[in-house]
Amino acid sequence: MRRVPVLSWLAALLAAAYFLVPLYATFKFSLQMKRGELSFESYRSVLSSDLFLQVLGFSAMASLAAIVLGILLVVPTAYWVRLKLPGLRPLTEFLSLMPLIIPPVVLVFGYVRIYGTGSVLPLTMTEAGTNLLLVIGYTVLSLPYMYRAVDNGMAAIDIATLTEAAESLGASRLRTVATVIFPNIRSAIVSGAFLTFSISLGEFVVTSLLSRPGFGPYMVQIGQDYAYQPAAIAIMAFAFTWICMVLMELFATARPGQGPFRRRKGKKG
Amino acid sequence: MSFLTLTDITKSFGANTVVRGFDLAVEKGEFISFLGPSGCGKTTVLRMVAGFETPSSGRIAVEGRDVTALPASKRRIGMVFQAYALFPNMTVAQNVAFGLKIAGMERAAIRARVAEMLELIALGHLAGRYPYQLSGGQQQRVALARALAPKPDLLLLDEPLSALDAKIRVSLRDDIRAIQRELGITTIFVTHDQEEALSISDRVVVMHQGRADQTGSPAEIYNRPATRFVAGFVGHLNTFDAHVGRSGTLFFGGRSFPGIVPEMREGTRLTVALRPEALALAPRGPGDLQIGGTVIDTNFLGSVIRARVRIAGISVAADMFNQSGAAAVPAPGAEAALWFSRDDLLVLPARADA
Repeated sequence: MRRVPVLSWLAALLAAAYFLVPLYATFKFSLQMKRGELSFESYRSVLSSDLFLQVLGFSAMASLAAIVLGILLVVPTAYWVRLKLPGLRPLTEFLSLMPLIIPPVVLVFGYVRIYGTGSVLPLTMTEAGTNLLLVIGYTVLSLPYMYRAVDNGMAAIDIATLTEAAESLGASRLRTVATVIFPNIRSAIVSGAFLTFSISLGEFVVTSLLSRPGFGPYMVQIGQDYAYQPAAIAIMAFAFTWICMVLMELFATARPGQGPFRRRKGKKG
Repeated sequence: MSFLTLTDITKSFGANTVVRGFDLAVEKGEFISFLGPSGCGKTTVLRMVAGFETPSSGRIAVEGRDVTALPASKRRIGMVFQAYALFPNMTVAQNVAFGLKIAGMERAAIRARVAEMLELIALGHLAGRYPYQLSGGQQQRVALARALAPKPDLLLLDEPLSALDAKIRVSLRDDIRAIQRELGITTIFVTHDQEEALSISDRVVVMHQGRADQTGSPAEIYNRPATRFVAGFVGHLNTFDAHVGRSGTLFFGGRSFPGIVPEMREGTRLTVALRPEALALAPRGPGDLQIGGTVIDTNFLGSVIRARVRIAGISVAADMFNQSGAAAVPAPGAEAALWFSRDDLLVLPARADA
């Protein structure tokens, strides 16, 4: 008979409790806005706030822009380095990890100094320029995750041989990337995109110091001013992160022809 | 004028020269194999023909047109890779259609050509499958169809059978040759497997250390190896150290054979070689020569029985057909005489300058 590994289970339960108890407490608290009964009043209050929708919309747009910029930056770089300059891989890997080492506060002060008033390129003087800096900041912060996801995706397929196969059939480099490489690392790109999104959406330091009306600073402000609404927002943010994780998992394990973006054509057999 | 001409091709990667002074002329419709051990430069030559590598010096021409600097995408080649390299995101039909789409063919014409190609490789029923749903052999057939679909000038096969099971390897090999004959397409086939090269090629180029050691028909390569390397690499070979005595007498295997190398100078050291199938237990013709020794053991290989005989301290393999009425197989420990014809004796340079 196999013995039940009591100690292992105990350790697992303790670890789970460490996460679940505060989550439960926050959730319970968020339901207690109306005295003496459990209700979703705090959620209603948050969702009906114009400001909430505004900042959420702003942060979502900025995050999406960061995803697009990240993909445009990372995919060609990772592809080119793997194909033509494999010796540079350790360097690009190291560079992509820099944002984990350099605190965002240093990054944003660097931006403000370089692109501030009186500089050659005074981006912070205009609204659009500051927004651009914000998007660039988000892209940099999510670079370690985006690069890793895309690079792993490229490791999973033999990009050198696939590129040669496409070229021998007459495809230009651009066409090869668009029709062969890109679709085959799509799930990796989507994983990187979800990670970028979840990092950027609630980002506080860069958003706050560039004084942009983002979701992160809003949450902090709400936390100072209200009791129940922050708990509701925390729970919603948590749920959202989980949805992102599940979607990532779905895309990461999808095979052609049966993924979430199943193509209708090509069904013949 | 030859269809494909390689003139004095050299390729170096840094200080490492992998191809030196390589010349080759390929006729239209010919099936040529590059045979050699790994690192001999055969794949590099193929990749230069494909346009994936640029020669350090030399010239590549197709029908007299210099293509040395032309990118791979403009060379009208079809390439099949060892690792199949099918596009994982596309179905079998979409893979085969890829080159046709790029060529700007009309949809109806593409559909017809894809159907025709899938018919050719007998996989029409799998048109809607994705590569991961196919076996290795099926994937490689699709890769062949994909390469041939745009009607390329040249078909390049880079060890296409190496990743497959033994049985599939032989059947696909025959299919490749049959399709090649049917389409009459000029083909270069790279392999390290001598049986593959000898069995399906019009001509074989045996490569060694970046050079073409010998170019010739399979029979020439096997029966008349030009260098010691070719002799040793292609087929099994029994080699003996030998030297020449007075008036063309050859000494080897503990025996002397008077007058059989009259053109050689006395005192010359060389190596002589005999294929296992050149040795027989009984003379097969008048004037056959004989060596002898003690049987070590015999191996039953099906159609052939291989005896190993110790002659002058070395182990010599001799093959006999397994047929009724053949001479009795000698028992280990018995004395055996092995007969061979002068014509089968290969005379090669001595080891030192190999």
